[in-house]
Amino acid sequence: MSRELRGRAAIVGVAQCRLGEAPGMEAIEILAEAATLALADAGLSLREVDGLFTCSSFHYMPALTVAEYLGIRPRFSEGTVLGGSSFVHYLLPALLALETRQCEVALVCYGSNQRTAGGRLVTMSEPQPFEAPYGPRYPISSYALAAARHMHEFGTTREQLAEVAVAARQWAMRNPEAFRREPLTIAEVLASPMVSDPLSVLDCCLVTDGGGAVVLVRAERAADHPKPPVYLLGCATAHWHRGILQMPDLTVTAATESGQRAFAMAGLGPGEMDVVELYDAFTINTILFLEDLGFCPKGEGGRFVEGGAIAPGGRLPVNTNGGGLSCVHPGMYGIFLVIEAVRQLRGEAGARQVEGAVTALVHGNGGVLSSQSTAVLGTAAAL
Amino acid sequence: MDERGAEAIFREALAGGRFLIQRCESCGAAVFPPRLLCPACGAADPSFREASGRGRVYSVTIVRSRRAGDHNLVLVDLEEGARVMSRVVGIADEEVRIGMAVQGFVGELDGRPALLFRPAEDGR
Repeated sequence: MSRELRGRAAIVGVAQCRLGEAPGMEAIEILAEAATLALADAGLSLREVDGLFTCSSFHYMPALTVAEYLGIRPRFSEGTVLGGSSFVHYLLPALLALETRQCEVALVCYGSNQRTAGGRLVTMSEPQPFEAPYGPRYPISSYALAAARHMHEFGTTREQLAEVAVAARQWAMRNPEAFRREPLTIAEVLASPMVSDPLSVLDCCLVTDGGGAVVLVRAERAADHPKPPVYLLGCATAHWHRGILQMPDLTVTAATESGQRAFAMAGLGPGEMDVVELYDAFTINTILFLEDLGFCPKGEGGRFVEGGAIAPGGRLPVNTNGGGLSCVHPGMYGIFLVIEAVRQLRGEAGARQVEGAVTALVHGNGGVLSSQSTAVLGTAAAL
Repeated sequence: MDERGAEAIFREALAGGRFLIQRCESCGAAVFPPRLLCPACGAADPSFREASGRGRVYSVTIVRSRRAGDHNLVLVDLEEGARVMSRVVGIADEEVRIGMAVQGFVGELDGRPALLFRPAEDGR
């Protein structure tokens, strides 16, 4: 049934702004700037937005705050908080709302000033009562437990984790908007201070400011906008746990399920993806998602990324903006995955452009490997 | 009939030095953290019993803190089938290994009763 929804909605506007440090800007102001820019990119105005898809760690009732600020009265609002993956997840409810004519213009948006406002992850997360007494650092210790188990079961090494960080940095060096652009070596990652073994400072994503927005319409009117449309070919979300204690197997994420469903809807597989954008909150994420989304067998992710395989010029272009590790990570990173995929598919990615990209895989992660949202995007040639 | 929720029953036992886990009477699944239903099959009221405390380290990390000092953090798979988060005490953090046999006991953490582990004496 979901196959009928393939290609029925398209992304016609994207924008990101204030990546890195945005002194003097409130989170809602960064969001508003991104929304305005994305609508301009789509050739639309705020007055035309009647579907709103947003969440945040800054606002208790995000959809209300954002709609009030933007001066819109949405006919359809969605603010389910799945963590950082939420903005990839929203592609599905946006598609459904557009398809059933609950809205005509869907705006997905996010803004955060967490770096200049405090320099650390802003979270409204409640302590997990059966974890918190033992003093995990949230969220990194959960990812560290997954990394340690992956190393134990499959022989994954810290050098292989470091390959992920180095590849992200090499992409970031080609991206003028990326926050960290100085060269990085595997030795430097290995030598950086441990935060929660086996993950060191350089295995962790950035803490930055930044905002992003994405505008979707029904495919039938997608060609009426200034930029080439990028079609939503498949999308799905899966979640199996909240806290790491209740993740059944720390080496297998619900991306196995979300990926399978998104690919089935798109009628495509991992071998047909030209560009891959994976939520890299920590280096282990990229390895887990390459496995769980079918780019390599389970346990082979570490070996898959060796030798610059996901860096510029490698066998698979992964996290072409520099990722959460080197480009931007303002608390929730999901929307930037979508924006980078759209830019690649439009051919707007400059020095980091993957030539002739027609399809892109976008994968969002939220919580502690908890929620997994996968989307397959494509140009008109992929329809 | 105890009218309290599962978490209150669990906490009271822990304060008395006993670590309880639940077992589903319908499907036999081990249930932890304490719940009013079995997440494996949906059946109501899994029954409480005292855990043996025997288990193996499923994964481990060392949480680094300049302020509070380093400490290990483990997930332990109990013999009964449930998984718990805890710390292993009595050995250096670096000595805690995945697969290591451990024995649980109710000790204290920050002045509150908590399930902790030490290496199993027979190593099995």
